[in-house]
Amino acid sequence: MLRLDCPNCGQRNSAEFRYGGEYDPRPEATIQTAEEDWIRYLYQRRNVMGLQIEWWYHRAGCGLWFLVERDRRSNEVARTWRWQSAGAEKATGEIES
Amino acid sequence: MKDHYDVVIIGGGAHGLACAYYLARDHGITDVAVIDKSYIGAGGSGRNTAIIRSNYLTREGVQFYDASVKLYEGLAQELDFNVMFSQRGHLTLAHNDGSVRTMRRRAEVNKLEDVDSRLVFPDELARICPQLDLSEHPRFPILAALYHPPGGIIRHDAVVWGYARGADQRGVDIHQYTEVTGIDVANGAVTGVRTTKGNLSAGVVLSATAGWASNVAAMVDLELPLDTFPLQACVTEPLKPFLDVVVVSGSLHVYVSQSDRGELVMGASVDPFTSYSMAGSLDFLEGLSGHVLELFPFLSKARILRQWAGLCEMPPDFSPLMGFTPVVNFLLDAGWGTYGFKASPICGKTMAELIATRQTPELLHPFRLTRFAEYDQVGEKGAASVGH
Repeated sequence: MLRLDCPNCGQRNSAEFRYGGEYDPRPEATIQTAEEDWIRYLYQRRNVMGLQIEWWYHRAGCGLWFLVERDRRSNEVARTWRWQSAGAEKATGEIES
Repeated sequence: MKDHYDVVIIGGGAHGLACAYYLARDHGITDVAVIDKSYIGAGGSGRNTAIIRSNYLTREGVQFYDASVKLYEGLAQELDFNVMFSQRGHLTLAHNDGSVRTMRRRAEVNKLEDVDSRLVFPDELARICPQLDLSEHPRFPILAALYHPPGGIIRHDAVVWGYARGADQRGVDIHQYTEVTGIDVANGAVTGVRTTKGNLSAGVVLSATAGWASNVAAMVDLELPLDTFPLQACVTEPLKPFLDVVVVSGSLHVYVSQSDRGELVMGASVDPFTSYSMAGSLDFLEGLSGHVLELFPFLSKARILRQWAGLCEMPPDFSPLMGFTPVVNFLLDAGWGTYGFKASPICGKTMAELIATRQTPELLHPFRLTRFAEYDQVGEKGAASVGH
């Protein structure tokens, strides 16, 4: 079974968690935000065959939403970490928003 | 391999081969190549549980899948290949009032489209499928079921081979073990395909790769509304024939049928997280076995023979994506989630018509890629697969 390292609770079986989809920050909610940006955000997925940054929720544990980097070819987990802010994620240069 | 084909179909499964077959048979287009990175039928076509039915929830879905069932009914004659289609009837069980309501709605939508489908209650269920535990003891008592007599099972490999042979006899080239590594685009239109066995120019490129469509679309810089999940299935050791109907339970996430070899073919809902890995898991076997025993307690001594997984790309509304894309001459046959195999004949036939006429056939219009931007989704979540 896939095991994830919860930033609060440590290594746990994935059955304790809920997968929350690929990391894809929401467009800024202003009147200027283009409709196409919302449609892209709502429906389109990169769905990469390789490393993906994604959300997980520790539903049977501490209730934390956190980020996981996982290789979707092998399910090998590269790292898990606590989400800080959308800006901080962008600063790593690994995530396009 | 030639260095030019009018039509290049990526993916040698039932969909791609059916499209090639109907291009040649109905439209005289034979300058066609079907390319697969593995052997034909290695993907979803050989990994599904071979169930055929048309008792969907939306009018668009029912019409589409019903056209498919009708083509399946004549397929053995058409292809001169025994596809072993057995229309043994299909039961979708309801264990709570909400499910009964959904089944009733499906039955009414089905009847409006002339599809044989109706609600049955435990007294009649006991005649159709006496093997079921119909007592009030189970954790999930069976309150009713949607009964769909034309539904059934088929030999999925035979469908692939039949279409492949038919296409081959009409001049289509099938290239196995040839992986597409890139797609050339110039001025917004597709011009060719690069493969591990050489490059070729192409008039039209159709992506018919269930599970991997996002990767093919990425070659032309297209992002799709799809997420790829593994879907697992398994078979038991052969048992004497005892089950002559397909049994499905949405609440228990399970479907069961008995093959002609006597094996119980069983599947569940997609895995709980996305992946391109086709490794099987013990979680799946444990969960599925528990649920099957809820329905058929006497199977507790049956042994599992093998398990496997296939890839399912799930769209947000559980309906496929078919037709034109923003890239000229790059066509899509994707988003087949957990329900692609049963659509193979009609999908092949209508996509062939679309390629030949450059017009979207009426049956395909609801499934166009632009439906998301137009807020015109075809919501099939209640009937497309189990587990919601």
